[in-house]
Amino acid sequence: MQWTDKRIETLVGIMLRTGVTIAATVVLAGGVLFLAQNRGPRANFHQFHGEPPQLLSLSGIAHGVATGDARSIIMLGILLLIATPVARVGMCILGFAEERDKLYAAISSFVMAILLYSLIFHK
Amino acid sequence: MNELWFALILCVSSMVAGLLGALSGLGGGVVIVPLLTIAFHVDIHYAIGASLVSVIATSSGAAAAYVREGFSNIRVGMFLEIATTLGALFGAWLTTRIPTHAIGIVFGVVLLYSAWASLKQRHGAVTENPDPLALRLKLKGTLPEDDEIRTYVAQRIPAGFGLMTLAGALSGLLGIGSGAVKVLAMDQAMRLPFKVSTTTSNFMIGVTAAASAGLYWRSGYMAPSLVMPVMLGVLIGSLMGSRLLVKAEVRTLKRVFSLVIVALGVEMIVSSLTRK
Repeated sequence: MQWTDKRIETLVGIMLRTGVTIAATVVLAGGVLFLAQNRGPRANFHQFHGEPPQLLSLSGIAHGVATGDARSIIMLGILLLIATPVARVGMCILGFAEERDKLYAAISSFVMAILLYSLIFHK
Repeated sequence: MNELWFALILCVSSMVAGLLGALSGLGGGVVIVPLLTIAFHVDIHYAIGASLVSVIATSSGAAAAYVREGFSNIRVGMFLEIATTLGALFGAWLTTRIPTHAIGIVFGVVLLYSAWASLKQRHGAVTENPDPLALRLKLKGTLPEDDEIRTYVAQRIPAGFGLMTLAGALSGLLGIGSGAVKVLAMDQAMRLPFKVSTTTSNFMIGVTAAASAGLYWRSGYMAPSLVMPVMLGVLIGSLMGSRLLVKAEVRTLKRVFSLVIVALGVEMIVSSLTRK
């Protein structure tokens, strides 16, 4: 099938919707588990004190998910959600490359580089 | 208040915010931060973390519907995402460095602007001489209008690009989608048709927000037990809103919601000024 802008947009739309559905399901599952485990007084968000270090790294979250930690499962869902627009840009790179639009394949790759920089290195 | 009640009340409030945001076209994100800080006394850093996640969810969730309409322009969106993502990196960096009351004041001003922009009459697209830079960058497209296919070409690229950098910076600084500034850049500065501007803006919001999400995450702004009810609530509310949008009379609602936003904006500015 011929690659057109319309086709890229349709694929992107399906992908975004799938991504957000998966992410919301994971967040909901983690949330139900969290509420089942924590019945006491709620956490205090009045003052900013950051989050524990195990929730701030991929390996920490992966370890938490493996041991059934509810907060880690919710964080996994949030990361899946963040990954959805990133995957969208990735799909545009492929689509523009298939259309032989070098300029826009390059522009999409540049946006991807900014996103990866911010997700992986920026501090 | 225990965890379950807190989560339920947050989820329902966020649902209402998402519903009103979708119906009024202002987006649910813009009221989540004032809702959390004013009504629930949540620290603004946690509030913008939860808001940013909700913004990505609604942008991605609504995208499929927008694609079906066929007005969004992926080239215009992708080109301008260079500006919004770079702006967002700067904005998110700024958030970790400026004092809390300064964030509150900027937020209040942006709320007032959003309310004003939503009520203002919009420009009809004016056809000027095609911008050579726009043609080189293929920033053009077609859309169906009154049984004929209309062609449009973007104007004033540098002004649009500059405004988009600002939109990105505000998104990263405040955890919002800054759809109002994005539409301003495309509709007013670049003279793109209004429907192209709003649908392309929705597409761009998710990518822009993803650019600041990494820094928010590693700075500990995303508290799972707070994000969970807010994100799910806003998502459900905004999906309901976009379904209802076809039937509902939005004019009055838009005015009422704008007044609410003005009140929230004033409250944020005043409380930020008095608290410091």
